[in-house]
Amino acid sequence: MSTPGETGTEPWPLWEVFVRANRGLSHVHVGSLHAPDADMAVRNARDLYTRRNEGVSIWVVPAVAITTSDPDAKGAFFESPAGKNYRHAVYYTKSEGVKHL
Amino acid sequence: MSEQTHGDVTVDRVELAEELAGAGLTGTGSTASPDAAEYALRLGDDALVLAQRLGMWITRAPELEEDVALGNIGLDLIGHARSLLHYAGTATGRTEDDLAYWRDEPEWRNAWLFEQPNGDFAHTIARQLVASAYLFELYGDLADSTDPTLAAIAAKAVKEVDYHRDHAVQWTLRLAGGTDESRRRMIVAIADTWPYVDELFEDDELVERLEASGVAVRPSSLRERFDAAIDAVFDEARLERPTGRTAFIAAGRGRHGGHTEHLGPLLAEMQVLARQHPGASW
Repeated sequence: MSTPGETGTEPWPLWEVFVRANRGLSHVHVGSLHAPDADMAVRNARDLYTRRNEGVSIWVVPAVAITTSDPDAKGAFFESPAGKNYRHAVYYTKSEGVKHL
Repeated sequence: MSEQTHGDVTVDRVELAEELAGAGLTGTGSTASPDAAEYALRLGDDALVLAQRLGMWITRAPELEEDVALGNIGLDLIGHARSLLHYAGTATGRTEDDLAYWRDEPEWRNAWLFEQPNGDFAHTIARQLVASAYLFELYGDLADSTDPTLAAIAAKAVKEVDYHRDHAVQWTLRLAGGTDESRRRMIVAIADTWPYVDELFEDDELVERLEASGVAVRPSSLRERFDAAIDAVFDEARLERPTGRTAFIAAGRGRHGGHTEHLGPLLAEMQVLARQHPGASW
């Protein structure tokens, strides 16, 4: 699998952008962009993704540095929890006399 | 923050800030004196002409992201121009649109730097570096103006120009330190831009009168800080201020309505729609 921006046909590498909307919230992935280096990627992200007061902090990550799960292995990766109801708290009945549950 | 309901979706209600800085002020300063209006016209024309130039990059920049960056900077400058021209117009009962669309070339008061063509990307960056370093010092000082409208406009503008300066500095460093070709182009661009620097820092009777009452900033008082800021960038980029044959100084007459051959076509393109359809709105 090749990552977009990894090949030489695209002049600038691809960066994934994460923006934190407010203090106390997490950085959330908002999209991607091209930039010649990390410093310019932060600036481009500011121009592309925070035009309407969307954020107070930006992270950029080289897209090639992200390892993804294999979309073709969806079954093996994500369908195994089906039927394993004991992993959910609601599976259990509350013992008598236990407070604050 | 209050919320508004749209079916199952809720969105934060957006509080829109005022578009024209200082326009809501009343009392002293809400109507410009003839001198203050002329001064605001100079600053407003600088901003509007440069914004129009930067807008020409849209769909033509080296990358989509740079398209947006230059477009954003242009939009910031249009915001400054609107506030400044609105204020200038209060002296003569004209609107910002009257001033933007219905003045001919000799009535424009921008310095020559701002009307110079975009050239290649390096020329645009060299022009941005000079313009934003100058505007940053200017607006920083003008935020303390005794004229409350000019002070409010400058206080808003200085934050935006600070970013424009950073953008120009980053690109100057990268072009100068990139390939042989990018470095060559950056050096040519600086030599071509430098003749238009001195005009920015010329004092005249108008600014001297306004400076005496604390309204305006004396342009010559900004030169030392401008030079220091440029030298710091050039040191890091291993560039030099042009000397010798390339250190030509243009006899800029922009503040008095004399312009290079480049302003006319720019104004024609900017004004044609408003003049073909007077009073049109959309």
